[in-house]
Amino acid sequence: MDKFRQLSASVIPLDLDNIDTDMIIPAIHLKSISRSGYGDGLFSALKELYPDFIFNNAKYSSGQILLSKANFGCGSSREHAVWAILQYGIKIVVCSSFSDIFFNNAAKNGLLLIALPESIINKWIKLSLEDPDLAMTVNLLNNKISFNKEEYDFDYDPYRKHCLIEGLDDLTYLLSQDTAITEYEVKRG
Amino acid sequence: MQAQNIINKIWDKHLVSRQKNFPDVLYIDRILLHEVTSAQAFTEIHERGLSIRNKQNILATIDHSIPTDKNRININDPIARTQVNTLRDNCKNHNITIYDIDSNHQGIVHVIGPELGFTLPGTTIVCGDSHTSTHGAFGALAFGVGTSEILHAMASSCILQEKPKTFKVEFVGTPSKYFTAKDAVLKLIATIGIGGAKGCVIEYVGDYIKSLSMESRMTICNMSIECGARAGLIAPDTTTLNYLQNREYTPKGADFEKLIKQCRELVSDKDAYYDTEIIIDISNATPMITWGINPEHAIALDELTPDVENAQDRLTLEKAYAYTKLQPKQSLKGVPIDFAFIGSCTNGRIEDMRVVADILKNRHIASNVTMYIVPGSEQVLKEACEEGLDKIFAAAGADFRMPGCSMCLGMNPDKVPPGKRCISSTNRNFIGRQGPNSITHLASPATVAASAVLGYIASVQNIDSYGATK
Repeated sequence: MDKFRQLSASVIPLDLDNIDTDMIIPAIHLKSISRSGYGDGLFSALKELYPDFIFNNAKYSSGQILLSKANFGCGSSREHAVWAILQYGIKIVVCSSFSDIFFNNAAKNGLLLIALPESIINKWIKLSLEDPDLAMTVNLLNNKISFNKEEYDFDYDPYRKHCLIEGLDDLTYLLSQDTAITEYEVKRG
Repeated sequence: MQAQNIINKIWDKHLVSRQKNFPDVLYIDRILLHEVTSAQAFTEIHERGLSIRNKQNILATIDHSIPTDKNRININDPIARTQVNTLRDNCKNHNITIYDIDSNHQGIVHVIGPELGFTLPGTTIVCGDSHTSTHGAFGALAFGVGTSEILHAMASSCILQEKPKTFKVEFVGTPSKYFTAKDAVLKLIATIGIGGAKGCVIEYVGDYIKSLSMESRMTICNMSIECGARAGLIAPDTTTLNYLQNREYTPKGADFEKLIKQCRELVSDKDAYYDTEIIIDISNATPMITWGINPEHAIALDELTPDVENAQDRLTLEKAYAYTKLQPKQSLKGVPIDFAFIGSCTNGRIEDMRVVADILKNRHIASNVTMYIVPGSEQVLKEACEEGLDKIFAAAGADFRMPGCSMCLGMNPDKVPPGKRCISSTNRNFIGRQGPNSITHLASPATVAASAVLGYIASVQNIDSYGATK
């Protein structure tokens, strides 16, 4: 897993609640047995349906930070949604809340998810829609996020932060628990 | 000792280790695999030189990508064929049990797990599918996970998770005649919203829940994920044990007696604490249906669609109406449909087949409707044929097909064509879920069957002479 520490990049504002994983990567793209090749499938159905969809707008094509609203990533558990976002080139998703499975999947692939209060999200989406060139800066080392000269602290789980900064994955930790797992199995019989 | 709810009891019993600033290491008793989300986990097992810790705790089947026509053995789509064959090879190479086509037990992973007695009370289960919550109907703690966590569970028999919050849902009152478990869970989702139980595991309690069959309980637990819950469960009782007895993997003899004893402990203590509690009053409640683009967009069939004026989520509602080609404050009754679909891990079990057959018997579906009935498993198919339901479906003009996920998510050739409207016994009405630009209305199998007969959205009550002739 790649290490993540900080990033300054332009933003893609997606002004909708409840972005589900069927929208992020439609089922038609899930037949591959590979972990790669999903970037082109990102939001493919919405891109086709809505010509004015933000991912069809060339002004936002270089964005590396996705800004959206509540309950992002709800629905199917497909980890392909996280792979598609990362492979498109997005490194961070900033929303007012995330669904649980998506949140777990993201951390395991080095995709940073930041939750901020709805009022800030709404204001920043509006700003970004007005000016596609506005850049956002995220520093995971000190939990700071800034946009348009406003800076806020964000909460991030200390375990996941450690994993992202050091590029570690959960399996390394789980495998280090081998003795405890064996003891548990023996005790249970 | 402090009063405990069943969720925390199961969690604590599976806790392998807990360290400050780390998520809990939770032991996983059972892993279910299917073709879509497992290949990349097996690849990593190979690449990292890992071994699979407890193969006997893993069971696989093929459900999402396979065709459901009679010639399903020949998968024409080369990418789907590779995906299915990859699972076959992985299971063979690792000596993992797979229920393949024509094994008598192939089917939707959440239908065959319970059917085989693989899903047991008090166990922890993971599967790379969000509807793993289905297994909670047996008092199991069952999580839908991504591919990484399938890898973790296969390699270590554990996953890393924060302890969930707990949410008690009690259904109270006696609903109207045609109100089913599907309607109850849609009513819950409409009440608390699709993110309403985020971070929580739901326990469903109350006399209504206790009165339900295992099939209906599975329908309710299945859709827990549609209100954002990490899982949903129901404490085991005699209905649970009666269902499980004598199934393939169910413990036998003295071990079954032990299971009965364990189930007595698998209840929430009186006055147990929950982080959230809600009562859903279903007194005289009537069947539900969705109108929009996610499962919280559900109303009673007797109600009008919601107004957008002054709505907090106006933008989403407007988008939903534009997509489903409906208007605010309109009735859904009488809206013409093109497709009717019965099936999925939500409503593809034998009980659902019987309900549909009861309505279709001596009737024919409307000429404007294409109806697919897809059994959840080869066992459901077999039972349905033994009961003569296949003949009823054929006489009614419905297409009774082979088992799989089918039109629920349109990964295989079964899709609702662009612009067409489908009433469906499934779990998600997301944009394009059943096929690009398709429109989905979620409802109970009874409502789907009645609508198929009439050619437009309707309740069972709307069918002439229903009740009088039964």
